[in-house]
Amino acid sequence: MGVKGETVRLLDEEGRRVDGRRLDELRPFKIEAGVLKNADGSAYIELGNNKILVAVYGPREVHPRHQALSDRVLLRCRYSMLPFSVAERKSPAPTRREIELSKVIREALEPAIFVEEFPRTAIDVFIEVIEADGGTRTASITAASVALADAGIPMRDLVAAIAVGKIDGKLALDINGVEDELGEGDMPVAMMPRLGEITLLQADGRFTPDEFRQALELARKGILTLYEAQKRTLKEKYERIAKEVGEVER
Amino acid sequence: MSARAHEVISALKKDTLLSLLKRNERLDGRRLDEYRDIDIKVNLVGKAEGSALVHLGGTKVIAGVKISVGKPFPDTPNKGVLIVNAELIPVASPTFEAGPPGEDDVELARVIDRGIRSAPMLDLEKLVLVPGEKVWTVFVDIYTLDHDGNLFDAAGLAATAALLTSKLREAKVEDGELKITDNVVPLPLKSVPVFVTVAKIGNKLLLDPTYEEELVMDARITFAFNEEGEICCIQKGGAGSFSYDEILQAMEMAREAAHKLRARLPPKNGANV
Amino acid sequence: MPMYVTHRQIVVPGELIAEGKYEVGGHVYSVGRKYYSKVLGVAEVISEEGKVRVIPLKGKYIPSVGDIVIGKIIDVGLANWVVDINSPYPAVLQVSEVFSRPIVTSKASLAKVLDIGDVIIAKVIAFDYARDPLLTIKESKLGKVTRGTLVEITPSKVPRVIGKKGSMVKMIKELLDVDLVIGKNGRILILGKDKDWEAIAALAIKKIELEAHTLGLTDRVKDYIKSLLEKEER
Repeated sequence: MGVKGETVRLLDEEGRRVDGRRLDELRPFKIEAGVLKNADGSAYIELGNNKILVAVYGPREVHPRHQALSDRVLLRCRYSMLPFSVAERKSPAPTRREIELSKVIREALEPAIFVEEFPRTAIDVFIEVIEADGGTRTASITAASVALADAGIPMRDLVAAIAVGKIDGKLALDINGVEDELGEGDMPVAMMPRLGEITLLQADGRFTPDEFRQALELARKGILTLYEAQKRTLKEKYERIAKEVGEVER
Repeated sequence: MSARAHEVISALKKDTLLSLLKRNERLDGRRLDEYRDIDIKVNLVGKAEGSALVHLGGTKVIAGVKISVGKPFPDTPNKGVLIVNAELIPVASPTFEAGPPGEDDVELARVIDRGIRSAPMLDLEKLVLVPGEKVWTVFVDIYTLDHDGNLFDAAGLAATAALLTSKLREAKVEDGELKITDNVVPLPLKSVPVFVTVAKIGNKLLLDPTYEEELVMDARITFAFNEEGEICCIQKGGAGSFSYDEILQAMEMAREAAHKLRARLPPKNGANV
Repeated sequence: MPMYVTHRQIVVPGELIAEGKYEVGGHVYSVGRKYYSKVLGVAEVISEEGKVRVIPLKGKYIPSVGDIVIGKIIDVGLANWVVDINSPYPAVLQVSEVFSRPIVTSKASLAKVLDIGDVIIAKVIAFDYARDPLLTIKESKLGKVTRGTLVEITPSKVPRVIGKKGSMVKMIKELLDVDLVIGKNGRILILGKDKDWEAIAALAIKKIELEAHTLGLTDRVKDYIKSLLEKEER
């Protein structure tokens, strides 16, 4: 049901979505690594209208000192939306949603990191959503993983993520803002793709157990596409330099 | 015990726990898919419109429902309002501090909220008094009183039991004015969600983890099922990960357990009013 | 027994490097007989010797006992100084590691010896992850730095500045008549007779950092230095 009693159709007769996509299509996206000078690692992602910047500082000294963990690194994560990132200005104070998302994003990234390598230090991940249009937490995870690799943090694998929704009764990959608001379900998923391990899984709305299985499978496909892009973007800068200095084709 | 001491499980106990698990046994003798004893008492707080106290093993959670007249949200003028809040308070554990809600409080509240909202448990459209202006606002406040693990499931039982037994006062519009009578009716309900948490320790999946099991677990995943058998909420938590197969296995375990848990809830629509 | 990467290939965390009986080192982890990179780095393969390792392209300096480091005093205490060594672990220089004989200490007298902002060449004498690393400046060639140009690069690229059997650093020293003190923590002190030539050395080191993952670097840096020298002369 749409606003003011209008029925907005999220799927037309040809199975095309409001932005023209098919059910299993990702929005156009781009990922860049190493975009900030000061941060130890950084990344920027655009996915549809989403624009998200991630900075990683660390490993570095823990402040306040008493929070340091004696046998491993302290991973901290802050997901924050800028006030102008959404249609109705969002107050700068952290909302409950941002608090929850900061936690689940941290828990999506942590399984990949070799946390025992830097005892008594901290790795800080700062996520700033510059513009939001559905699927910000999964896009943030995808960018944060690139930023962590860019910072030289040792990891088992990268982490890539995407959300699957349910619109007009059908499962749709990478739902945008409108589809999330008016649809019947939203399931964000994050994975370490090579290891096949799921590090984030949430859902609201309603999914039958069969739909749940299919949604996971659909998410996996989207995640693999993003994973290839993450790898390319990390290697790109260095491969370009090698080419410029006249090395043999890699 | 100090907070720090309470958060560390002794290496000896951890070893015992893990070696028992290898034989599919647990410290308290339960099977991997067994819940601890559950006791649910409702209507214990006279001033609240609904209330429930849940004992799940050593975990104790109380939920209270307060219903009052309020304004609808601007984008849903013809729906009542549901607000779910949860707090982990110092009485419950040496590790809980007084103060504003932290990430664990917020996560608990939002997960229970999502399960209830998505099921959907409340028929929000039947809570409208004057369209666009006045609606019933239903507050569900969940407080943990004793933390011995599995707060999500206990909070879920408490919140849903409280709503199932909540009393709503009848409202009529007389002479253009809203009059609220002393006649009570049950809350208009649709589908009741049941929350089941699965913990992963090593390569074992188990239900209803105790506090100590939670100290040792790699990760947890909570599924909520509505009466139609649909999944209406999922939340993975913890710094570990699940394999694809483990997720599917956990979902099946949760699905089966949900049936049994549902039988412990008060019946829907009116038997206790 | 496959090797999945070529020499100097860029690899990412989780990328499969090799399988089977290889001598694998650097920032790699294994699952069974498969080896994966832990970091964004460069794979170095010596196939004749069955050796492969990954060198990180970025990362912080983690101290090791015996390392020569260049540090910056950031705090003066009653009986020690706190030294920044470009690491997540701040280092401590105790009074006993500065003076050979016992002296009366106070914050004021310590500040006269080494004050905030002073640069030192030091050696790591102790580090276990439980406590901060300890330094000494009592040995020869260690101590306070009073002149020269300081440049900072990613610590993992320091070996490239040294070069195979010291070839790179030797080349820079000869061409520019400078001395280099290379700190394992990525800080390099350039000491020359001429500030301009120190500056050229700094540029050359930055170039090495940027192109550390490529082949033929020594020759390119040599040409680069020569071209900068020619500009100087004009």
